[in-house]
Amino acid sequence: MATATSRSAIAIAVTGLRKSYGDNVVLDGIDLHIAEGTIFALLGPNGAGKTTMVQILSTLIGADGGHVRIAGRELTQEPDAVRDLIGVTGQFSAVDNLLTGEENLNLMADLRHLARTEGRRRTADLLAQFELTEAGKKQAVTYSGGMRRRLDLAMTLVGDPRIIFLDEPTAGLDPRSRRTMWQIIRDLVASGVTIFLTTQYLEEADQLADQIALLDHGRLIAEGTPDELKRLIPGGHIRLQFADLHGLESAARAFAESTRDDDTFTLQVPSDGGVRSLRALLDQLDMASIEVDSLSVHTPDLDDVFLTFTGQPDTERATVR
Amino acid sequence: MSTLTYAVRDSKTMLRRNLIHMLRYPIALMLVGIPVILLLLFVYVFGGTLGAGLGGVSGGRAEYANYVLPGILLITVACAAQGTAISVAMDMTEGIIARFRTMAIFRPSVLTGHVLSSMIQTMLGLAVVIGVGLLVGFRPTANAIEWVAATGVLAMITLAVIWLSVACGLVTKSVETASNLPMPLILLPFLGSGFVPTDSMPAAVRLFADYQPFTPVMETLRGLLLGTAIGNNAILAVAWCVVITLASYLWAKKLYNRDPSR
Repeated sequence: MATATSRSAIAIAVTGLRKSYGDNVVLDGIDLHIAEGTIFALLGPNGAGKTTMVQILSTLIGADGGHVRIAGRELTQEPDAVRDLIGVTGQFSAVDNLLTGEENLNLMADLRHLARTEGRRRTADLLAQFELTEAGKKQAVTYSGGMRRRLDLAMTLVGDPRIIFLDEPTAGLDPRSRRTMWQIIRDLVASGVTIFLTTQYLEEADQLADQIALLDHGRLIAEGTPDELKRLIPGGHIRLQFADLHGLESAARAFAESTRDDDTFTLQVPSDGGVRSLRALLDQLDMASIEVDSLSVHTPDLDDVFLTFTGQPDTERATVR
Repeated sequence: MSTLTYAVRDSKTMLRRNLIHMLRYPIALMLVGIPVILLLLFVYVFGGTLGAGLGGVSGGRAEYANYVLPGILLITVACAAQGTAISVAMDMTEGIIARFRTMAIFRPSVLTGHVLSSMIQTMLGLAVVIGVGLLVGFRPTANAIEWVAATGVLAMITLAVIWLSVACGLVTKSVETASNLPMPLILLPFLGSGFVPTDSMPAAVRLFADYQPFTPVMETLRGLLLGTAIGNNAILAVAWCVVITLASYLWAKKLYNRDPSR
């Protein structure tokens, strides 16, 4: 096991993955390579095929075509070897409602074939780590959404999986619980685990991921680091706020490509948000002796990236490498 | 550890899970009410007339209590089957089953957990029904060995029916359908020798009654508990149980192993 993972630094390798439900093509030839010890985010709207992707990679359902290697092991050849290495937290709660939190974790420890004392110790550690020690004696059916998610993830971690799949791990969580979940995910990666997560929250992918791929209609329409994706979008600008209409007018004359808003005395000047272009802009303002009240730099976020790619027909596809 | 060790360990783990479920949500045990009500109904309402029709020496209600009990026992098994189908179908809608499928565990253990806990619940239910039977006039003549044999026969038919109902719980996507599928089993004791001797039935019904699986089981139980003639019913009963168990096990296993996406 150790040799297989050290030989290749690729945790998940996917080539030409296909899946259809009847006439409905859900995954249409996906290629992916995810490095060990990184967070990969699969971003896409509802129905893009994210969950299907996780279900295939986690051995839950079969694919129609293509190859998947998890930690160097062929998915279809050695499913149980793969299952030993992975942990999955699905979109829908996978806890046993009639069991207490503690019993749920003990169940996982037994199914991971841990020795009894080791399993019980792991359970106690995880309950403490996920702030569930007190709730551990209560049935999971009484848990709040956030507690349930934490228990769900704790159950996934029982066997110390090397690769963890998280299908929309923060869907439906309040902002505070979401931040807690993010911190947990970051801590996991710090310990060398590889994380494959799906999300519809652009901020989440931006916050967590080393690599992002955009999935739409079963195809990857863009792939890269968060910064690479942002750079692909020419949506950045510098926003200038003026005290009066006079300032706005003289500035609008100086910057031909800008967009003005006469109601708020603001001007948007297209820019990549870099220091050089900012300095050029300030120099130009100085030369024209234009007084600016305030200035803000707007770099495109993943929302812009997403709209740019999914708002266009299927023909526009880009890969950043 | 070997595959067999894992199989045993995982099945034990799943049994523990299902036993906790049983304690916190005793669905099969709740279904014991139906056979008990039927027993009281048939002994105290129909018993006098039906007992007279049996043509025995003592006749009447007391003799009918003896005659009807094996039929009521099989009703108990059929009701428990319904509970099993419901709890399997409910379980399959839970996310935790998907989790189990992504873990390296002995796959049928999810099912064997259900089967074993349902077995335990049904055997407890049967004990309750026999207890009530003793209170309302059931007077078995069996010795210790015959009791053991009768328990064995009950365990075999319970195992067969429960595997069948596990498959019923798997074959459907909805809990409502799952609860209806094993329903015909409750009718089988009526369309057999459970409540009246089959020779009182019209030819077509009698043909079915004589050759359906519950009749030899009920006749064997009657023979063991009350000393009536068993004949070849014991062999038929065992054969039926083995065939139903095997076929249902293979069907259930196939259903559980099918790709959930299809």
